[in-house]
Amino acid sequence: MAHYRDSGVIVRTHKLGEADRILSVITENNGKVRAVAKGVRKTRSRYGGRLEPLRHLDLQFYKGRGDLDIVTQAETRDHWPQIRDDLDRLGKALTIAEAVDQVAQDKQPDIELYRMLCGALHTLHKGDPVLIVPAFLLKLLAHEGVAPALDACVLGGERTDLEYFDPRNGGVLCASHQRGTRISSAALELMRATLGGALSTVLEVQQATHTDEVAAITHRLWEYHIDRRLRSTELLK
Amino acid sequence: MYDGPVQDLIDELGRLPGIGPKSAQRITFYLLKLPKGDAQQLASAIVEVKERIGFCQKCWNISEQDLCPICSDPQRQTGSLCVVEEPKDVVALERAGFRGRYHVLQGALNPMEGVGPEQLRIRELLQRIREEGVDELILCTNPNIEGEATAMYLARQLQPLGITVTRIASGLPVGGDLEYADELTLGRALEGRRELQG
Ligand SMILES: [Zn+2]
Ligand SMILES: [Zn+2]
Repeated sequence: MAHYRDSGVIVRTHKLGEADRILSVITENNGKVRAVAKGVRKTRSRYGGRLEPLRHLDLQFYKGRGDLDIVTQAETRDHWPQIRDDLDRLGKALTIAEAVDQVAQDKQPDIELYRMLCGALHTLHKGDPVLIVPAFLLKLLAHEGVAPALDACVLGGERTDLEYFDPRNGGVLCASHQRGTRISSAALELMRATLGGALSTVLEVQQATHTDEVAAITHRLWEYHIDRRLRSTELLK
Repeated sequence: MYDGPVQDLIDELGRLPGIGPKSAQRITFYLLKLPKGDAQQLASAIVEVKERIGFCQKCWNISEQDLCPICSDPQRQTGSLCVVEEPKDVVALERAGFRGRYHVLQGALNPMEGVGPEQLRIRELLQRIREEGVDELILCTNPNIEGEATAMYLARQLQPLGITVTRIASGLPVGGDLEYADELTLGRALEGRRELQG
């Protein structure tokens, strides 16, 4: 099978030579596919502007000999124009794409990751929730098997006076086992709601001190587990 | 894979943009076959360009002097300033007949690839606007995702300065076929339509 078809979202692109581009695509059935798109940077390319980050496409690939496949056809499924025209949404969408790119493995099918990504981008197209990035990162860490413990102190099992959070110890700590940094009960509630099936209410929360707190804690948690910074957040400053 | 100077040259060429290991090897063997004089001419052209050409201290276009010919031309002191990504974009706009000033950012925002606001000539742009005065700032970054992000980022930075900020229209390439245009491009082209006088 030299050719195969799949749907996918482009999360990253690199320039290659004069007019080509290398795409990283999170696909429905083939995991992360890295593929060359020939001639896409020419204004008269038959792909038009389709092969850019944050496009959801039906694609046909030709299997290459090495790590790279070749894109032979591309049709748009979604292009989420509301994301493109708003710097905040674009910065958030690119941060989410960067996070997915950091965890996705080449050619390891992961349909849930594909669905999470499409869902998050669709949400960003419909609106601009304050906590979309932290909530997505928490969900993604849980998907990777490193969800933080939020219900009981990770050192002593206490269920009350949970006032600290420490990525190194994997979650919350009580007042007597204090490690890491302080966490407010409001921030803790939001993180629990995110992982506990109440995501839609989390996405309705307005900006406040405790949402900033959730964002800061989540980014620290990400950097601890994934060991990489999310650089696209620079667009949000 | 090869020894000494041959591998050194392959490595150096391989660091150039758009040149992979295979091309680097091919160019190296081409250079090895070249008459000595021709090779020397190439080497000295590289040295010369590095010695004589720098960046204009005002607009960051490539220039032999501290100020490029455009920045030193009093006729160019109109109210409009065009912001572009690369020196080649200045050439393109000159060909299209623009006769104001330019500012070359030397790239576009792409934080994932390590290009944040600090890596571009944005601080210099803000300083210029304060010092030189500008009526209209035209954002001529590329109509791709990095160019759009850069334009929106600049528009936000410029908002407090109270100058008119415009973005070049993006639409269909003249001479191109409608069927090849993607949905976003076609949508924008429709938004930017103009009346035809019959
Ligand atoms: Zn405890
Ligand atoms: Zn100049």
